[in-house]
Amino acid sequence: MAGPSHAPLQTRRQLLGRIGTLAGSAALYQAMTSMGHAMGTDFSGPPNLSGAKPGTSVLVLGAGLAGMLSAYELRKAGYDVQVLEFQTRSGGRNISLRGGDTVAELGGATQKVGFAAGNYLNPGPWRIPYHHQALLHYCREFGVQLEPFIELNHNSWLHSTGFFGGKVVRYRELAADFTGFTAELLAKAVDQHKLDDLVSADEVAYLKNAMRGWGALTPDLQYTKGTLSSLRRGFEKPQGGGPDGAPVPSELMNRDEIWKSGMWNWMAFHERLDMQTTMFQPVGGMDSIGKAFARQLPGLIHLNCKVTAIHQDNSGVSVTYNDMGHSGAVRHARADYCVCTIPLSILSQLDVQVSDGMKAAIAAVPYGSSVKLGLEFKRRFWEEDDKIYGGISFTNQPISQVSYPSHGIFSKGPAVLLGGYMFGPAAYDFAGMTPQERLEKGIKQGLAFHPQYRKEFLNGVSYAWSRTPWTLGCCALWSEEARKTHYQALCAVDQRVVLAGEHASYVGCWQEGAVLSALDAVTRLHKRALGAA
Amino acid sequence: MRKIFLFSVAMFAFVISGAARADSAAPATTKMVDMPSGEAVYRHICQSCHMADGLGAVGAGARIPALAHNPRLQIASYPATVILNGYGGMPWFSGMLNDRQVADVVAYIRTHFGNDYKDPLNPADVAFMRLHLTPEAE
Repeated sequence: MAGPSHAPLQTRRQLLGRIGTLAGSAALYQAMTSMGHAMGTDFSGPPNLSGAKPGTSVLVLGAGLAGMLSAYELRKAGYDVQVLEFQTRSGGRNISLRGGDTVAELGGATQKVGFAAGNYLNPGPWRIPYHHQALLHYCREFGVQLEPFIELNHNSWLHSTGFFGGKVVRYRELAADFTGFTAELLAKAVDQHKLDDLVSADEVAYLKNAMRGWGALTPDLQYTKGTLSSLRRGFEKPQGGGPDGAPVPSELMNRDEIWKSGMWNWMAFHERLDMQTTMFQPVGGMDSIGKAFARQLPGLIHLNCKVTAIHQDNSGVSVTYNDMGHSGAVRHARADYCVCTIPLSILSQLDVQVSDGMKAAIAAVPYGSSVKLGLEFKRRFWEEDDKIYGGISFTNQPISQVSYPSHGIFSKGPAVLLGGYMFGPAAYDFAGMTPQERLEKGIKQGLAFHPQYRKEFLNGVSYAWSRTPWTLGCCALWSEEARKTHYQALCAVDQRVVLAGEHASYVGCWQEGAVLSALDAVTRLHKRALGAA
Repeated sequence: MRKIFLFSVAMFAFVISGAARADSAAPATTKMVDMPSGEAVYRHICQSCHMADGLGAVGAGARIPALAHNPRLQIASYPATVILNGYGGMPWFSGMLNDRQVADVVAYIRTHFGNDYKDPLNPADVAFMRLHLTPEAE
């Protein structure tokens, strides 16, 4: 079974093997990257492990998705499994915030979430592409109810401070005009024989026809104000009924400003494999997944365990931890094997007895910074006033975007939107602010889209991943160089220890990466355990 | 060259982030605030982790090092190297900060938070250090 891929996985592996043999690992890496992008994630089904030697034990460190799934599959295979988790909750970065929750971050700031019942923010993962088949498989298996997540909304806003007078434009207006003008230029260039050295004579007619249809051009290849273009970008006066129902076409945007503005980046964004529709979200909050995973492991997850050391010898693995539920009492846990899913940002500072190569790998991967803002408003003015139902409005301001809830559409009462989602420089900037400053900045910048913000605002919460005690960042930032030098060592089974998590995958920063990494890690660990008779 | 953090190019409103950054926020990096001084660099970048008071923090069995009263700041090239290359969980900033900004913020942390190392680091020194970056941080 090849999942969503267009070619059987076997063929892909064989091809990659050949590329690796002929051209070396750099070419293999390149090929894997490009093919990975082309084909989605590599999942053909659950591992179906079985036949563990009776009495063999595995200690899993971390109760995020990677840890819990490792525990689930290993226990099914017959291992005695225990999971140690630092937090007072399981789920890891699979987390949702609701009214009454407390967010305590490094540096001492504490926020109490004030959302109304039923409202939530997913500060970590919040959407699942249709081709993340491994995660979706376990959602089905564990009974997690999913609903569509609206990624692309043609009626959402786009905003750039330096262009179009700083005014918002609708996604559909920009998309229609970008496509129309592009098609017009190409059609005319062909028509006027300016591309004769690039386009064969029998191609010309087809190409012109394609551009006319794709770009909504008139028969004489114009993209111009009129019914054709307005049927894409929307009318100045919309189509109506009765004697006065005739629509009035809308003005086009300024062509050269479209190229210059770079706003087309937001069209290209949705074309990435990772961002294509259909997207999903769990009903009621992303943490439905973590909770469902945890339900598969009754009594096996031990919370409040702060791991400080991982040692191993010929007979097993010994983990030292502080039992934070008992005044930090030092305790030791021992098992035959260990699956460690502790984020590298933490693990790199612990006393870990693994090979020098794996140690170097653990220390070689920095963690990115990301901040999310959740804002609760009295009513869904984005729906009621602006006719925006789900999707994302983008801006070049630091908040980068506002995303509207895909659930509860048309409902009355307070609702929560994602008031900012920062990566990189803006995330550092926001993480360094007080929670109050973050909200104030988020509201101020969001006013570019929604003047209703001030009047309708109820409360908000911010989540700064670089100040999260148990990750010190949002996810692993692999550079291509670090990947080449360290990735294999990071993923190797090191005597009795194997690492798993999004950091040990090519689907970094996605839950799918954690799941695929865990499945792969436990499969190889199982082989090792069977072979070590 | 690393693709995740790029210089803000003033003539364009957007800089495309070349690496498809998984569940990343947006297709283009947004405009960065101006950072004309070492203090500004510290406030807008460093304090997100090292905290406004330079004291860092302690998390789950791991910590964000304090810059306050830190004898490792005696030699200016040490913090400069860490800033350019990253260190452990800390990302590299060679792409986000220019030579002047690196020199400025090194001077700032070496003369604040209880540190008193006044010998300056010149932007030219930072430029020279860039030549010797590991391939990862170029």
